[in-house]
Amino acid sequence: MQWLWDQPLSWMNAAWFTLGALCVLGIVIFFVTYAIYFERKIIGWMQFRKGPNRVGPFGLLQTVADVAKLLLKEDTIPAKADKALFIMAPALAFIPSFAALAIIPYGMNLQFADVNVGFLYYVALSGVTTIAIVTAGWASNNKYALLGGMRSAAQMISYEVPLVISVVGVAMMTGSLNLREIVLAQEGYFWNWNFLPQIIGFVVFLVSALAELNRTPFDLPEAESELVAGYHTEYSGFRFAFFMLAEYVYLYAIACLTTILFLGGWNPPLPQLAFIPGIVWFILKFLAVVFFVFWVRATFPRLRVDQLMGLAWKALLPLAMLNIFITAAGIHWFGWGG
Amino acid sequence: MIRTEELLLNVGPQHPSTHGVLRVVVKLDGEIITHVEPVIGYLHRGTEKLAESLNYTQIIPYTDRMDYLSAMTNNYVLCYAVEKMMGIEVPERAEFLRLIVMELQRIASHLVWWGTYLLDIGALSPFLFAFNDRERILQLFNELCGARLTYNYMRVGGVKWDAPEGWIDKVKAFVKDMKSRLDEYHNLVSGNEIFLARVKGIGAYDAETAIQYGLSGANLRCTGVKWDLRKNEPYCIYDRFDFDIPVGQNGDCYDRYYVRTEEIRQSLRILEQALEQFPPEGETMGKVPRAIRPPAGEVYVRIESPRGEIGCYIVSKGKAEPYRLKFRRPSFVNLQILPKLLVGESMTNLVTILGGIDIVLGEVDC
Repeated sequence: MQWLWDQPLSWMNAAWFTLGALCVLGIVIFFVTYAIYFERKIIGWMQFRKGPNRVGPFGLLQTVADVAKLLLKEDTIPAKADKALFIMAPALAFIPSFAALAIIPYGMNLQFADVNVGFLYYVALSGVTTIAIVTAGWASNNKYALLGGMRSAAQMISYEVPLVISVVGVAMMTGSLNLREIVLAQEGYFWNWNFLPQIIGFVVFLVSALAELNRTPFDLPEAESELVAGYHTEYSGFRFAFFMLAEYVYLYAIACLTTILFLGGWNPPLPQLAFIPGIVWFILKFLAVVFFVFWVRATFPRLRVDQLMGLAWKALLPLAMLNIFITAAGIHWFGWGG
Repeated sequence: MIRTEELLLNVGPQHPSTHGVLRVVVKLDGEIITHVEPVIGYLHRGTEKLAESLNYTQIIPYTDRMDYLSAMTNNYVLCYAVEKMMGIEVPERAEFLRLIVMELQRIASHLVWWGTYLLDIGALSPFLFAFNDRERILQLFNELCGARLTYNYMRVGGVKWDAPEGWIDKVKAFVKDMKSRLDEYHNLVSGNEIFLARVKGIGAYDAETAIQYGLSGANLRCTGVKWDLRKNEPYCIYDRFDFDIPVGQNGDCYDRYYVRTEEIRQSLRILEQALEQFPPEGETMGKVPRAIRPPAGEVYVRIESPRGEIGCYIVSKGKAEPYRLKFRRPSFVNLQILPKLLVGESMTNLVTILGGIDIVLGEVDC
């Protein structure tokens, strides 16, 4: 899409942009549908169950049926809810999650927008979703929802700090925040990928990302054993679906970012394997990250809310700082990076 | 002017972690609990009053529905009380069958606890693993007495049905598998850092407090008190078998977890020995008069259910129905310590502590 950016704005180009955005939306919705399916299937296998297997062949249409059900549900708004905020919150949660996807490069020339501060753009937009969650919790006029919303705000703000700082090491080695350049800097054999020199950053990033996604073991905002369903307790029907959608779109975004920042993006592990198209490698690495997230969900219990904060500020943040120091030392003395 | 208010929160009676219909009214200061009030009675069915117009055989199905995760021990405590009043001898084979089903029931009950407790803490998979194994026990019970949950299996003087052919071998196979499964469970959960951080040091009390509150079962043994009625006041034929009483030290949630998982292992030990010594043939019903009319008087017996000490007190006036029947329900007594443990804890620990007590609401409300 890069050539479009250099063109003057016209109705024709605007139509191209819209078409491109619709394509991305289609891909994302397809991903979300089947991510939910695979999550249920994978966790099913890990728990000696079959998972969904009734709707369509191998249960492939299960999520489609679920979404159809959500669409057909009655639209309810609690009597004492703040109506305007209640309606706004799901949209506010979804829009930034989708807009954040614009900067992700899937291949050498397969990118919607080549922004030179790509990563910062992602962080800035994903922060907006926190506001949506607090709004949802507040507007519902439900005590569980309020507690869930507050927890979520505290958690997402706390974990954004180590998440961003863990990427500083990568930015230092590349000398850029442009996601495409970060991938290009990791060309060659797989030991050139950032996850080896940046192993601390990689681990901190993964842990913080799980927390950002509100997923096990950090799924406190919706810890159903305490808070019923957290901030979306009062939501049903398609408004609820929007929250779920936003959550899985972020999973998509984080899996893409992990691939790009630490796993070499579309680069093959060995240059000899370059005959396989880059997009295939990208998808494989991407799926490995998604699988990891599901795997964690099937295995771990949940942290307590105070332990969660302790982990962010007392463990992850110092580690991320240490990582910056080590990277700086590596660049200065051993000539890491470009 | 900024001011903060305490938040009054109704946890339950419809809440995923109150294990039934317990309602806990908590006052929250932020996420810290300042006041707790458990509200019970949503499942009250008046079992004790109903029993006064039923004869003893008719009461047995009602006991199934008290602690529905441990119907076998409930059956037993009633039959045991009547047998003690009337001086009825139970045949050897029936005693063995009773012991085997009671120990299987203990394992099944602890498995449910283990699975749901970890579900409360946020781990999904253990719940399904535990229910998978429990399913095998339920299948065994189903073969034995045709029911999966409310067995109505024991009778005054023996048991209703003899073990079908090959049943004992199936139990043997289960015991063998369960041993390795238990090790797997420990590998999966017991060393997990997050799990330990969630349960170690949470909800701790000392032995003296436990005794003052009348706690029993794992809730008492976690403080280091070696008290198990199977050893201290042997009933059935428990005195013939060799097993240990696992105890904790700190009286916290982790110790309760440890005691319960270890009890599964001890139950498996008892089962192994009992299955070896199981008499190949014999009667399953003793000599019982056609009409069960205990002589006038009263009796109190107590046994060790998976949840603690379950007691049965009967006052008889020489009729076919009891004049007064009273059950000492361990869940009800154990629940009393909840408000004491919860004040000052966070909302998250409410779930951890409540789950650790292991209550069954059918028994609390009776």
